[in-house]
Amino acid sequence: MKKKDTAPRKPRLAVFKFASCDGCQLSLLDCEDELLAVAGAVDIANFLEASRAVVRGPYDVTLVEGSITTAHDAERIQEVRAQTKFLVTIGACATSGGIQALRNFKDVKEFTRVVYARPDYISTLDTSTPIAAHVKVDYELRGCPVSKAQLLELLASLLQGRRPNIRPHSVCLECKRRGIVCVMVAHGTPCLGPVTHDGCAALCPSFDRGCFGCFGPKESPNTASMAATWTALGQTPITITRAFRTYNAGAEAFRKESEAHGD
Amino acid sequence: MAIKKTRKIRVEALARVEGEGAMHVDVRAGQVTNVRLEIYEPPRFFEAFLQGRDYLEPPDITARICGICPVAYQMSAAHAIERAIGVTVDGQLRALRRLLYCGEWIESHTLHVYMLHAPDFLGYEDAIALAKDAPEIVGRGLALKKLGNEIVSVVGGREIHPINVRIGGFYKAPGLQQIRELGEKLKRARDWALETVAWVSTFDFPDFERDCEFVSLRHETEYPLCEGRIVSSKGMDIHVDEYRDTFEEEHVRHSNALHSIIKGRGAYFVGPQARYSLNYDRLPDVARDAATAAGLGPVCRNPFQSIIVRAVETVFACDEAIRIAEAYEPPDPPALTCEPRAGVGCAATEAPRGLLYHRYAIDAEGRIENAVIIPPTSQNQKSIEEDLRDFAQMSLHLNDSDLQWKCEQAIRNYDPCISCATHFLKLTVDRQ
Repeated sequence: MKKKDTAPRKPRLAVFKFASCDGCQLSLLDCEDELLAVAGAVDIANFLEASRAVVRGPYDVTLVEGSITTAHDAERIQEVRAQTKFLVTIGACATSGGIQALRNFKDVKEFTRVVYARPDYISTLDTSTPIAAHVKVDYELRGCPVSKAQLLELLASLLQGRRPNIRPHSVCLECKRRGIVCVMVAHGTPCLGPVTHDGCAALCPSFDRGCFGCFGPKESPNTASMAATWTALGQTPITITRAFRTYNAGAEAFRKESEAHGD
Repeated sequence: MAIKKTRKIRVEALARVEGEGAMHVDVRAGQVTNVRLEIYEPPRFFEAFLQGRDYLEPPDITARICGICPVAYQMSAAHAIERAIGVTVDGQLRALRRLLYCGEWIESHTLHVYMLHAPDFLGYEDAIALAKDAPEIVGRGLALKKLGNEIVSVVGGREIHPINVRIGGFYKAPGLQQIRELGEKLKRARDWALETVAWVSTFDFPDFERDCEFVSLRHETEYPLCEGRIVSSKGMDIHVDEYRDTFEEEHVRHSNALHSIIKGRGAYFVGPQARYSLNYDRLPDVARDAATAAGLGPVCRNPFQSIIVRAVETVFACDEAIRIAEAYEPPDPPALTCEPRAGVGCAATEAPRGLLYHRYAIDAEGRIENAVIIPPTSQNQKSIEEDLRDFAQMSLHLNDSDLQWKCEQAIRNYDPCISCATHFLKLTVDRQ
């Protein structure tokens, strides 16, 4: 945000939801120690999960949660963009289509029949797509869910008019930084840490579990090498396909690798 | 009575609920003629894409249905699949699961009491506005919520979509010291929860009761979380295996969530009030005494008083968590050995918003053949509509803006989670 010299108006913050679980916007309410400070620094103009007071746009910063899965939402995101100066997507659904992007690999009509008795009542698109497939996105926060620390850092950086200090490196590097013993080398546990974007501070390996990629691909991930390592550990093609097809199945690098091992 | 003969109240967005939907109330000649809860939260097809996935995956995948109550999904999924493969989690592993669930109840209930529901009673748009006038009260709520989240983080790894739950137990057992320290902190949380009960009991409650059928789990000795028979206030007493013989789901045109009914009887009501009214005798003394002091009897039928019941259940969850923390010994190993086998397993656990049913059929290799998930809000949809019909009828003397706010509040009584049921947000009252 650019500061004004005299009595600056507080930046106006909005939060909008598309197809999602509400968890990423809940992350803001889960910042129990910082929430009231954030609310003091910005004007929360539209945040339906928290308030019935709604101020019309334009908004200085808009946080967008969720993916686009209906024709109505495809129109709505255009309206949101038009009212927004700086648009941030929060979480795996908004940045890569989320778990609901698993429909992209299947026939959605079949999916509808599985869940609903009257498929003709359901109106939905064939795909779940990230926000950036529809409008210009100014910043993407990864994660299923987003990291509270990254969310606060992003808001702080916007308020201070500087670039956010959010590292693009892998979960793997975070294990080294924290001195966590490699679960793959030491225990043969399949782990997506080498190809996954940091943000969780290597949470799963710290719980003796392999990373399952909920922050999506890091920049230029070597997924083919990752898959070869998994194969060497005795993992089958279907397991490898499933591993790349979870919360970021629609992210380009993960989608491609999942398709390299059959359905 | 309506000032004009024909008037229309429209709320573009119903706030302080989780999800997207609309509500229509039609008034004709002083009579509420039609109430419709429209859930237009886009469908996400979890049951469909679970087909063909591995039997170890549902605790992680189904957690993504709801960011507010992921633990509930993890618990129902884990218990259902464990029944399919013939594994029973017991002892300290079972206790640790209860502890994790208590954390989610504290976090979810406190979020609703302080941030979503209390502002209605006090005439504030949101908790942030309330915090300007009553910073110490909102501060207490945030501190209490934070401790609930801390339980989920310590046991589950993180607050939203925890990573430590697996079929058969946990990936890693928390250390003894960690849990003991948590137990100490929770003693303060229990005091805050007691103060919360006293605080919300001072609110004004509309004189409004409905005689609907309560449904919840009932355990032999405990206040129910993960186990028990499914019982109702009208004499139902079934094993979870009989769920689908007893309940059915209808698909109605105006909702992307399926409506549940009791076969041959109709709407029913799950959630804190149902649990409380069917398990009052299972509450610890500290919670029961708080309820009595707050003016609640053993049954609570006023949906507006659900805020007191949530606060009472928060006292229970803190008390239970303390009990578990004090008796904790790290389970070793942290999970039972699990092997796939062909079978069907179902389970129901008590999510903060009520009964959550999962059923999985898996093949000999552990591939999921089909999955059924019935979340609490979809079970309550019909009751919400019936409540709103009665409440709107007795509130027609209010002006449009007051009526609109009161109707929103009546919906928020249920703490509806539309991400779970699939979501709502528009409220229209059409009066002619």
